[in-house]
Amino acid sequence: MAKIQLNGKKLIIKLRYSLFDLLKKYKLTDKKIAIELNGEIVPKVFYKKKILKNNDKVEIVHFIGGG
Amino acid sequence: MKKDILKVAGKILKSRLIVGTGKYKSFSETAKAVKASGADMVTVAVRRVNILDKKKPILTDYLNPKKIIFLPNTAGCFNSAEALRTLRLAREMGGWKLVKLEVLGDKKTLYPNMIETIKTTKILAKEGFKVMVYCTDDPLLAKKLEENGASAIMPLASPIGSGLGIQNKINISLIIKQSKVPVIVDAGIGTASDATIAMELGCDGVLINSAIANAKKPALMAKAFKDAVISGRNSFLAGRMSKHYFASASSPIKGLI
Repeated sequence: MAKIQLNGKKLIIKLRYSLFDLLKKYKLTDKKIAIELNGEIVPKVFYKKKILKNNDKVEIVHFIGGG
Repeated sequence: MKKDILKVAGKILKSRLIVGTGKYKSFSETAKAVKASGADMVTVAVRRVNILDKKKPILTDYLNPKKIIFLPNTAGCFNSAEALRTLRLAREMGGWKLVKLEVLGDKKTLYPNMIETIKTTKILAKEGFKVMVYCTDDPLLAKKLEENGASAIMPLASPIGSGLGIQNKINISLIIKQSKVPVIVDAGIGTASDATIAMELGCDGVLINSAIANAKKPALMAKAFKDAVISGRNSFLAGRMSKHYFASASSPIKGLI
Protein backbone atom coordinates (compact mmCIF):
# COMPACT_ATOMS: atom_id res chain seq x y z
CA MET A 1 0.00 0.00 0.00
CA ALA A 2 1.08 3.54 -0.70
CA LYS A 3 -0.42 6.90 0.12
CA ILE A 4 -0.42 9.39 -2.73
CA GLN A 5 -2.05 12.67 -3.54
CA LEU A 6 -4.13 12.82 -6.72
CA ASN A 7 -5.36 16.22 -7.87
CA GLY A 8 -5.09 17.49 -4.33
CA LYS A 9 -6.98 14.54 -2.79
CA LYS A 10 -5.44 11.79 -0.64
CA LEU A 11 -5.60 8.33 -2.16
CA ILE A 12 -4.43 4.89 -1.02
CA ILE A 13 -3.21 2.59 -3.75
CA LYS A 14 -1.91 -0.97 -3.97
CA LEU A 15 1.74 -1.83 -4.23
CA ARG A 16 3.29 -1.79 -7.69
CA TYR A 17 0.56 0.52 -8.96
CA SER A 18 1.50 2.36 -12.14
CA LEU A 19 0.25 5.62 -13.60
CA PHE A 20 -1.50 3.50 -16.21
CA ASP A 21 -3.33 1.59 -13.43
CA LEU A 22 -4.41 4.93 -12.04
CA LEU A 23 -5.75 6.02 -15.43
CA LYS A 24 -7.64 2.73 -15.75
CA LYS A 25 -9.22 3.25 -12.33
CA TYR A 26 -10.63 6.60 -13.46
CA LYS A 27 -11.48 5.44 -17.01
CA LEU A 28 -9.05 7.93 -18.52
CA THR A 29 -6.87 5.67 -20.65
CA ASP A 30 -8.45 6.80 -23.92
CA LYS A 31 -8.96 10.44 -22.93
CA LYS A 32 -6.93 13.50 -23.85
CA ILE A 33 -5.06 14.04 -20.59
CA ALA A 34 -1.60 14.94 -19.34
CA ILE A 35 0.09 13.86 -16.11
CA GLU A 36 2.44 15.69 -13.81
CA LEU A 37 4.25 13.60 -11.20
CA ASN A 38 5.88 15.58 -8.40
CA GLY A 39 5.96 18.67 -10.60
CA GLU A 40 7.41 16.95 -13.69
CA ILE A 41 5.44 16.12 -16.81
CA VAL A 42 5.45 12.40 -17.53
CA PRO A 43 5.53 11.52 -21.26
CA LYS A 44 2.78 9.08 -22.30
CA VAL A 45 5.23 6.27 -23.12
CA PHE A 46 6.20 6.03 -19.43
CA TYR A 47 2.68 5.60 -17.99
CA LYS A 48 3.00 1.82 -17.69
CA LYS A 49 6.55 1.86 -16.38
CA LYS A 50 6.10 4.57 -13.78
CA ILE A 51 5.27 2.90 -10.43
CA LEU A 52 3.82 5.18 -7.78
CA LYS A 53 5.65 5.62 -4.48
CA ASN A 54 4.53 6.78 -1.06
CA ASN A 55 3.88 10.56 -0.91
CA ASP A 56 3.87 10.99 -4.69
CA LYS A 57 1.91 13.97 -5.90
CA VAL A 58 0.02 13.33 -9.13
CA GLU A 59 -1.86 15.87 -11.20
CA ILE A 60 -4.04 14.69 -14.08
CA VAL A 61 -5.34 17.49 -16.28
CA HIS A 62 -7.59 17.76 -19.31
CA PHE A 63 -9.26 20.42 -21.42
CA ILE A 64 -12.34 22.19 -20.18
CA GLY A 65 -14.35 25.09 -21.58
CA GLY A 66 -12.50 28.38 -21.51
CA GLY A 67 -12.14 31.68 -23.33
CA MET B 1 -8.85 37.71 -57.11
CA LYS B 2 -6.54 36.22 -54.51
CA LYS B 3 -8.43 34.16 -51.97
CA ASP B 4 -8.81 35.99 -48.70
CA ILE B 5 -7.62 33.56 -46.06
CA LEU B 6 -6.34 33.84 -42.51
CA LYS B 7 -3.12 32.05 -41.78
CA VAL B 8 -1.81 31.77 -38.21
CA ALA B 9 1.56 30.08 -37.71
CA GLY B 10 1.14 28.27 -41.03
CA LYS B 11 -2.36 27.03 -40.18
CA ILE B 12 -5.12 28.11 -42.54
CA LEU B 13 -8.34 29.17 -40.87
CA LYS B 14 -11.46 29.32 -43.02
CA SER B 15 -13.26 31.49 -40.51
CA ARG B 16 -11.93 34.72 -39.05
CA LEU B 17 -14.06 34.12 -35.98
CA ILE B 18 -12.46 32.18 -33.14
CA VAL B 19 -14.74 31.30 -30.24
CA GLY B 20 -14.22 30.50 -26.59
CA THR B 21 -15.89 27.55 -24.90
CA GLY B 22 -16.29 28.91 -21.37
CA LYS B 23 -19.36 30.19 -19.49
CA TYR B 24 -21.97 28.04 -21.30
CA LYS B 25 -24.82 26.47 -19.34
CA SER B 26 -24.11 23.03 -20.78
CA PHE B 27 -21.77 21.24 -23.16
CA SER B 28 -24.59 20.72 -25.65
CA GLU B 29 -25.16 24.49 -25.69
CA THR B 30 -21.41 24.98 -26.24
CA ALA B 31 -21.41 22.55 -29.15
CA LYS B 32 -24.46 24.15 -30.79
CA ALA B 33 -22.99 27.65 -30.51
CA VAL B 34 -19.60 26.54 -31.86
CA LYS B 35 -21.32 24.90 -34.82
CA ALA B 36 -23.46 27.98 -35.54
CA SER B 37 -20.40 30.25 -35.34
CA GLY B 38 -18.69 28.42 -38.20
CA ALA B 39 -15.40 28.80 -36.33
CA ASP B 40 -12.67 26.28 -37.01
CA MET B 41 -10.72 27.17 -33.89
CA VAL B 42 -11.90 27.20 -30.26
CA THR B 43 -10.08 28.18 -27.09
CA VAL B 44 -9.98 25.72 -24.21
CA ALA B 45 -8.59 25.80 -20.67
CA VAL B 46 -6.40 23.25 -18.89
CA ARG B 47 -7.71 22.07 -15.52
CA ARG B 48 -7.63 19.12 -13.14
CA VAL B 49 -9.73 16.09 -14.10
CA ASN B 50 -12.70 15.65 -11.76
CA ILE B 51 -11.71 12.43 -10.00
CA LEU B 52 -14.74 12.39 -7.73
CA ASP B 53 -17.24 11.94 -10.54
CA LYS B 54 -16.03 9.60 -13.26
CA LYS B 55 -19.32 9.68 -15.17
CA LYS B 56 -19.60 13.44 -15.55
CA PRO B 57 -19.47 14.47 -19.21
CA ILE B 58 -16.37 16.28 -20.42
CA LEU B 59 -15.77 18.86 -23.14
CA THR B 60 -14.17 16.41 -25.56
CA ASP B 61 -17.37 14.31 -25.50
CA TYR B 62 -18.99 17.26 -27.30
CA LEU B 63 -16.18 18.89 -29.28
CA ASN B 64 -13.85 16.68 -31.26
CA PRO B 65 -10.26 17.99 -31.34
CA LYS B 66 -9.80 16.10 -34.61
CA LYS B 67 -12.52 18.15 -36.27
CA ILE B 68 -11.95 21.56 -34.71
CA ILE B 69 -8.65 23.18 -33.74
CA PHE B 70 -8.22 23.39 -29.97
CA LEU B 71 -6.31 26.45 -28.86
CA PRO B 72 -5.21 25.80 -25.26
CA ASN B 73 -5.10 28.94 -23.13
CA THR B 74 -3.47 29.95 -19.85
CA ALA B 75 -6.54 31.57 -18.33
CA GLY B 76 -6.13 32.10 -14.61
CA CYS B 77 -2.33 32.25 -14.74
CA PHE B 78 -0.82 35.26 -13.02
CA ASN B 79 2.87 34.65 -13.69
CA SER B 80 5.23 33.15 -16.20
CA ALA B 81 5.86 29.90 -14.28
CA GLU B 82 2.13 29.08 -14.09
CA ALA B 83 1.59 29.85 -17.76
CA LEU B 84 4.59 27.75 -18.85
CA ARG B 85 3.45 24.81 -16.71
CA THR B 86 -0.05 24.97 -18.21
CA LEU B 87 1.08 25.12 -21.82
CA ARG B 88 3.70 22.40 -21.45
CA LEU B 89 0.94 20.15 -20.07
CA ALA B 90 -1.31 21.14 -22.98
CA ARG B 91 1.44 20.21 -25.42
CA GLU B 92 1.83 16.82 -23.73
CA MET B 93 -1.89 16.18 -24.04
CA GLY B 94 -1.83 15.95 -27.78
CA GLY B 95 1.07 17.76 -29.30
CA TRP B 96 -0.53 21.20 -29.25
CA LYS B 97 2.08 23.74 -30.27
CA LEU B 98 -0.30 26.51 -31.25
CA VAL B 99 -1.39 28.06 -27.97
CA LYS B 100 -2.93 31.17 -26.51
CA LEU B 101 -0.87 32.91 -23.87
CA GLU B 102 -2.45 35.17 -21.33
CA VAL B 103 -0.64 36.22 -18.19
CA LEU B 104 -2.96 38.25 -16.03
CA GLY B 105 -1.87 41.07 -13.79
CA ASP B 106 -4.93 42.14 -11.86
CA LYS B 107 -7.84 40.11 -10.49
CA LYS B 108 -10.44 42.85 -10.90
CA THR B 109 -9.70 43.99 -14.45
CA LEU B 110 -7.98 40.79 -15.67
CA TYR B 111 -5.63 43.19 -17.41
CA PRO B 112 -2.58 41.42 -18.83
CA ASN B 113 0.78 41.69 -17.09
CA MET B 114 2.82 42.63 -20.13
CA ILE B 115 6.22 42.25 -18.48
CA GLU B 116 5.51 38.60 -17.66
CA THR B 117 3.72 38.14 -20.99
CA ILE B 118 6.71 39.28 -23.07
CA LYS B 119 9.11 37.18 -20.99
CA THR B 120 6.91 34.08 -21.38
CA THR B 121 6.38 34.61 -25.11
CA LYS B 122 10.14 34.56 -25.61
CA ILE B 123 10.58 31.29 -23.67
CA LEU B 124 7.68 29.57 -25.42
CA ALA B 125 8.84 30.62 -28.88
CA LYS B 126 12.29 29.19 -28.08
CA GLU B 127 10.67 25.90 -27.01
CA GLY B 128 8.97 25.67 -30.40
CA PHE B 129 5.52 26.84 -29.41
CA LYS B 130 3.48 29.01 -31.76
CA VAL B 131 2.12 31.63 -29.44
CA MET B 132 -0.96 33.76 -29.93
CA VAL B 133 -0.68 36.42 -27.28
CA TYR B 134 -3.41 38.23 -25.36
CA CYS B 135 -2.13 41.74 -24.69
CA THR B 136 -2.90 45.36 -23.96
CA ASP B 137 -3.60 47.69 -26.88
CA ASP B 138 -0.24 49.46 -26.50
CA PRO B 139 1.41 49.49 -29.96
CA LEU B 140 4.91 49.56 -28.49
CA LEU B 141 4.36 46.46 -26.37
CA ALA B 142 2.62 44.73 -29.26
CA LYS B 143 5.73 45.32 -31.34
CA LYS B 144 7.86 43.87 -28.53
CA LEU B 145 5.74 40.72 -28.57
CA GLU B 146 6.27 40.33 -32.30
CA GLU B 147 10.02 40.80 -31.86
CA ASN B 148 9.99 38.08 -29.21
CA GLY B 149 8.36 35.54 -31.51
CA ALA B 150 4.59 35.91 -31.12
CA SER B 151 2.62 34.20 -33.92
CA ALA B 152 -0.38 36.47 -33.45
CA ILE B 153 -1.05 39.66 -31.51
CA MET B 154 -4.33 39.64 -29.61
CA PRO B 155 -5.04 43.03 -28.10
CA LEU B 156 -8.05 43.48 -25.84
CA ALA B 157 -10.98 45.58 -27.02
CA SER B 158 -11.85 46.16 -23.34
CA PRO B 159 -11.57 44.00 -20.18
CA ILE B 160 -12.33 40.26 -20.47
CA GLY B 161 -16.04 39.55 -20.18
CA SER B 162 -16.96 43.25 -19.88
CA GLY B 163 -18.87 43.51 -23.16
CA LEU B 164 -17.75 47.15 -23.48
CA GLY B 165 -16.64 46.80 -27.10
CA ILE B 166 -13.61 48.48 -28.68
CA GLN B 167 -12.50 51.33 -26.44
CA ASN B 168 -9.45 52.47 -28.35
CA LYS B 169 -9.86 52.16 -32.10
CA ILE B 170 -6.79 54.29 -32.74
CA ASN B 171 -4.49 51.97 -30.82
CA ILE B 172 -5.96 48.87 -32.45
CA SER B 173 -5.45 50.52 -35.86
CA LEU B 174 -1.85 51.40 -35.03
CA ILE B 175 -1.17 47.79 -34.02
CA ILE B 176 -2.76 46.51 -37.25
CA LYS B 177 -0.68 48.87 -39.38
CA GLN B 178 2.64 47.92 -37.80
CA SER B 179 2.18 44.15 -37.37
CA LYS B 180 3.51 41.51 -39.73
CA VAL B 181 1.70 38.71 -37.87
CA PRO B 182 -2.11 38.45 -37.65
CA VAL B 183 -3.89 40.81 -35.25
CA ILE B 184 -6.92 39.29 -33.56
CA VAL B 185 -9.04 41.35 -31.20
CA ASP B 186 -9.55 39.34 -28.06
CA ALA B 187 -11.74 40.15 -25.06
CA GLY B 188 -14.35 42.79 -24.39
CA ILE B 189 -16.48 42.48 -27.52
CA GLY B 190 -20.13 42.84 -26.45
CA THR B 191 -22.23 42.33 -29.52
CA ALA B 192 -22.05 41.46 -33.21
CA SER B 193 -21.60 45.05 -34.42
CA ASP B 194 -18.48 45.40 -32.23
CA ALA B 195 -16.94 42.53 -34.19
CA THR B 196 -17.84 44.25 -37.47
CA ILE B 197 -16.10 47.41 -36.26
CA ALA B 198 -12.99 45.40 -35.36
CA MET B 199 -12.95 43.78 -38.79
CA GLU B 200 -13.53 47.12 -40.54
CA LEU B 201 -10.48 48.49 -38.79
CA GLY B 202 -8.55 45.74 -40.57
CA CYS B 203 -8.18 43.13 -37.85
CA ASP B 204 -7.38 39.66 -39.15
CA GLY B 205 -9.92 38.08 -36.83
CA VAL B 206 -11.79 38.29 -33.55
CA LEU B 207 -12.00 35.99 -30.55
CA ILE B 208 -15.38 35.91 -28.83
CA ASN B 209 -16.57 34.05 -25.74
CA SER B 210 -18.79 35.94 -23.27
CA ALA B 211 -20.77 37.83 -25.92
CA ILE B 212 -21.98 34.52 -27.32
CA ALA B 213 -22.13 32.41 -24.14
CA ASN B 214 -23.95 35.10 -22.15
CA ALA B 215 -26.50 35.89 -24.88
CA LYS B 216 -30.07 34.74 -24.25
CA LYS B 217 -29.81 32.53 -27.34
CA PRO B 218 -26.12 31.63 -27.69
CA ALA B 219 -26.43 29.70 -30.97
CA LEU B 220 -28.30 32.57 -32.63
CA MET B 221 -25.73 35.07 -31.36
CA ALA B 222 -22.97 32.82 -32.69
CA LYS B 223 -24.60 33.01 -36.13
CA ALA B 224 -24.87 36.81 -35.76
CA PHE B 225 -21.12 36.97 -35.05
CA LYS B 226 -20.34 34.76 -38.00
CA ASP B 227 -22.21 37.14 -40.31
CA ALA B 228 -20.81 40.24 -38.56
CA VAL B 229 -17.23 39.11 -39.06
CA ILE B 230 -17.81 38.30 -42.74
CA SER B 231 -19.54 41.67 -43.21
CA GLY B 232 -16.78 43.59 -41.48
CA ARG B 233 -14.09 41.84 -43.47
CA ASN B 234 -15.85 42.50 -46.78
CA SER B 235 -16.38 46.11 -45.80
CA PHE B 236 -12.67 46.47 -44.99
CA LEU B 237 -11.64 44.85 -48.28
CA ALA B 238 -14.13 46.98 -50.24
CA GLY B 239 -12.64 50.18 -48.80
CA ARG B 240 -15.05 52.67 -47.29
CA MET B 241 -15.84 56.02 -48.86
CA SER B 242 -14.16 59.12 -47.47
CA LYS B 243 -15.93 61.32 -44.95
CA HIS B 244 -17.08 64.86 -45.81
CA TYR B 245 -18.52 67.67 -43.73
CA PHE B 246 -21.23 68.61 -46.24
CA ALA B 247 -23.83 66.71 -48.22
CA SER B 248 -23.30 65.33 -51.67
CA ALA B 249 -26.54 64.62 -53.54
CA SER B 250 -27.01 61.04 -54.69
CA SER B 251 -29.28 61.98 -57.61
CA PRO B 252 -27.85 63.96 -60.55
CA ILE B 253 -28.80 67.65 -60.94
CA LYS B 254 -28.81 67.41 -64.77
CA GLY B 255 -32.32 67.09 -66.20
CA LEU B 256 -33.95 68.46 -63.07
CA ILE B 257 -37.47 69.74 -63.91
